[in-house]
Amino acid sequence: MKVAITSTGESLESRLDQRFGRCAFFVIYDTETGGVEILPNPNKDAVEGAGPASVRLVASKDVKKIISGEFGVNIKPLLDSLKIQMVAIREPERTVKSVIDMLKNNQ
Amino acid sequence: MRIAVASGKGGTGKTFVATNLFNVLSRRGDRVTLTDCDAEAPNDLLFFRTEKVSVKEVTHQVPVINKDVCTWCGRCSQWCSFNAIFFVPNAKVIEVIESICHGCGACSYACNDEAITEKPLTLGTVTSYMTDKNNPLIEARLHVNEISTVRVINAAIKESGDEGVVILDAPPGTSCPFIQTVDKADFVVLVTEPTPFGLSDLRQSVETLKEMSKEPAVIINRSDIGDRDVAGYLEKEKIPLLAEIRYDPAIARAYSEGRLVTDEMPELASLFEELADKIIDRYGTGSSKR
Repeated sequence: MKVAITSTGESLESRLDQRFGRCAFFVIYDTETGGVEILPNPNKDAVEGAGPASVRLVASKDVKKIISGEFGVNIKPLLDSLKIQMVAIREPERTVKSVIDMLKNNQ
Repeated sequence: MRIAVASGKGGTGKTFVATNLFNVLSRRGDRVTLTDCDAEAPNDLLFFRTEKVSVKEVTHQVPVINKDVCTWCGRCSQWCSFNAIFFVPNAKVIEVIESICHGCGACSYACNDEAITEKPLTLGTVTSYMTDKNNPLIEARLHVNEISTVRVINAAIKESGDEGVVILDAPPGTSCPFIQTVDKADFVVLVTEPTPFGLSDLRQSVETLKEMSKEPAVIINRSDIGDRDVAGYLEKEKIPLLAEIRYDPAIARAYSEGRLVTDEMPELASLFEELADKIIDRYGTGSSKR
């Protein structure tokens, strides 16, 4: 299963970006292969609708779970319709790598 | 003529000035309309005895997508500048997010397959009242959870007409709602306070108005508190200072209880009467927009 983790920077040592729609990068982690893909978020500075546009981006990557700090009000029904799970971790100091470690340990 | 009473900073006294200006003009029998353009938090009504005359709903058109006809080309979603059409073709999901739609109609235009029709969505209301002194008070009120303030403001200004003097109580800030309000005004009065916050936001308002080729004049409220930097700025920029209103707890008390100081404090009644004359004499004549 693919998981999208919002990241403040381009490496796994970067911190978990607390904003979903306007995060700096998406780290797409594949729980089966352990593969990692890092994408800059083109919706970071969108005038409006950054949340829906970011959902669309991760959905196009077949992501089934997203992990971030906070989610806006517009996207909950969209995630439901796509059967994507959202997980909120309000820990701005946590690194992306430690989020991936959490995912590994849960299995 | 239309006079906008505006300010960058909230809480400087826009509504205080607008309601009292309206009151002194009403009292002397002038034809005057007060239009509350602060659609996100209108409160001018609290200060007057009024009767409701009419309520109009303000709507815009939002798209409705017929999924049976849709060919999943995605053009509507690409054309939308606001990400209001959520489109994930591989999951066969296409949804209109009405709350962020601006009603521009680009998606209907983009669709080549006649899959998009439009329906009205109510954004807010424009309510007309008549005061006990027989002058109209028009209120723009945005519905909770809607964001298209500008359409509601425009509808309220249109409803106000341009007979006699129309006072537009502008929304705070210097973004679209402010710009739409002052754009329709023949003259802009900026209310500020002599504090660093007041000056910073005054500067932003003046700069914005400059871009619009409008020359405002200023009222300093609570003029004997804070510092003299606002006065210095006005001198440097050659912006006329229309009036200074001193800080007085009696003003704050009356205002907080929904009373008009021009009805109970003679000194302020004459200050506002002079202010009204100054504005109308100096800026009200020769206006092409009348």
